[in-house]
Amino acid sequence: MTTRQIMNADDMRRALTRIAHEIVEQNAGSADLVLIGMRTRGVPLAHRVAGIISGFESSTPPTGELDVTMYRDDLGMKIQPPAVAPTDIPFPIEGKDVVLFDDVLYTGRTVRAALDALTDFGRPRSIQLGVMIDRGHRELPIRADYVGKNVPTSRNEDVKLLVEELDGQDSVSVATLDRPFREG
Amino acid sequence: MPLTRRNLLDLDDFQRDEISLILDTSVSMTEILSRQIPRVPTLRGTTIANLFYEASTRTRVSFELAARALGADVVNVTASGSSVEKGESLVDTLRTVQALGVDVVVMRHHDAGAPYLAASILDCPVINAGDGWHAHPSQALLDLYTVRSHLGDLAGLKLVIVGDIMHSRVARSNIWGFARMGARITLCGPPQLVPRELTQLPGTDGVIQMEPDFDLAVEDADVVMVLRIQQERMDGVHLPDLREYATLYALTEDRLARARPGALVMHPGPMNQGVEISAAIAYGPNSVVEEQVTNGVAIRMASVYLLVGGGEEAGANGD
Repeated sequence: MTTRQIMNADDMRRALTRIAHEIVEQNAGSADLVLIGMRTRGVPLAHRVAGIISGFESSTPPTGELDVTMYRDDLGMKIQPPAVAPTDIPFPIEGKDVVLFDDVLYTGRTVRAALDALTDFGRPRSIQLGVMIDRGHRELPIRADYVGKNVPTSRNEDVKLLVEELDGQDSVSVATLDRPFREG
Repeated sequence: MPLTRRNLLDLDDFQRDEISLILDTSVSMTEILSRQIPRVPTLRGTTIANLFYEASTRTRVSFELAARALGADVVNVTASGSSVEKGESLVDTLRTVQALGVDVVVMRHHDAGAPYLAASILDCPVINAGDGWHAHPSQALLDLYTVRSHLGDLAGLKLVIVGDIMHSRVARSNIWGFARMGARITLCGPPQLVPRELTQLPGTDGVIQMEPDFDLAVEDADVVMVLRIQQERMDGVHLPDLREYATLYALTEDRLARARPGALVMHPGPMNQGVEISAAIAYGPNSVVEEQVTNGVAIRMASVYLLVGGGEEAGANGD
């Protein structure tokens, strides 16, 4: 297995700063904005973007955490059911502009599950998507509104994003797997 | 760690990690139940059969609500009004239910061991919802969950179980569960209703004690679990009379005052107020009886999810 780093901590910081400004510009302010991080690594990214926005806007957008395990379409396709973590969205999303955050956008199935989950919490005015890495290979008609970096990959590569809060460092790297990709 | 078993029959062979996994997963289920629309599509297309050979309100409704909250379909089979009345044997009923395409069987039966027989016949997961005097694992899990949500770590807590322990499957499963999680357990009740063998269960290393005097047993208790006095046991052999029982073993305010401040009072229901528990305590500030019922739905969601959410491995690790 060979690994190459494609973003370091500074690259990630600059990307998030740009995304924060894009979000506020796109939504003409931050009044009705809420950020929701998708577990696991979308959560710290959402909190960081909220922090950056609070630095140049008058308020900090409310930030929640979403676990989509219960909405996945591949349950029963794995030997063990995936671990479930609590969802925490302690504010109404009715009529809000919701920006979902995930670390890596790949097939789009996780985002599809997140859209279903959010629907159960209310009817936002809009749902937008922010990701640090878009690696292609979509299996559903889903695209990101805010992208840290577009990284063309092959299916037998693995994109690994690490965050200071959980992993002790900020970095994004691409690993080439030894075994060829199996269609699932 | 994952749950690597197919059935939930009793907690006697559960490891601490497995119990913790179910309790942790239940936290997420509690969040789902708190939503405006308490329903997720996780088990869409799954059918759960509630096979109840014995009367039940809370357990059956609880399993049914849990299944619905996960998006599963539920069929209820009760002994009355089914082919059981025509004399169909348990094994034949189980085979029929399986042939109809059920994915999970939740079973309550008046004979201890019936769910084990079901598990040996069926290809699908079996959940024991109470068998005879033997076990009631989902009740024990919801009790563990309720205590953990109030008092945190279960290790080192003192649990007192009071009442007719011999005939109580709730007590048996709770003894296994609390002992495994590191709690200390004191069993209290009329000596003819507290089997001495329960203090020497394998792997419990002396954490289970007997104390027939309730006033002494309740000293410094963190949790007092009161069992239902089953009126049908008042046959003069097991219990002489209700008034004498209430004098010696009812949980009263005086007795509760000997426990730790803020001790939890639990009861698996249905309660006989004025017999084993005073009305003031049953719904008093220490009582978590209603929470037990509410938490039952989350625990049963977690149990079903962890038993049937998996399947054959498909390969690629996803997205």
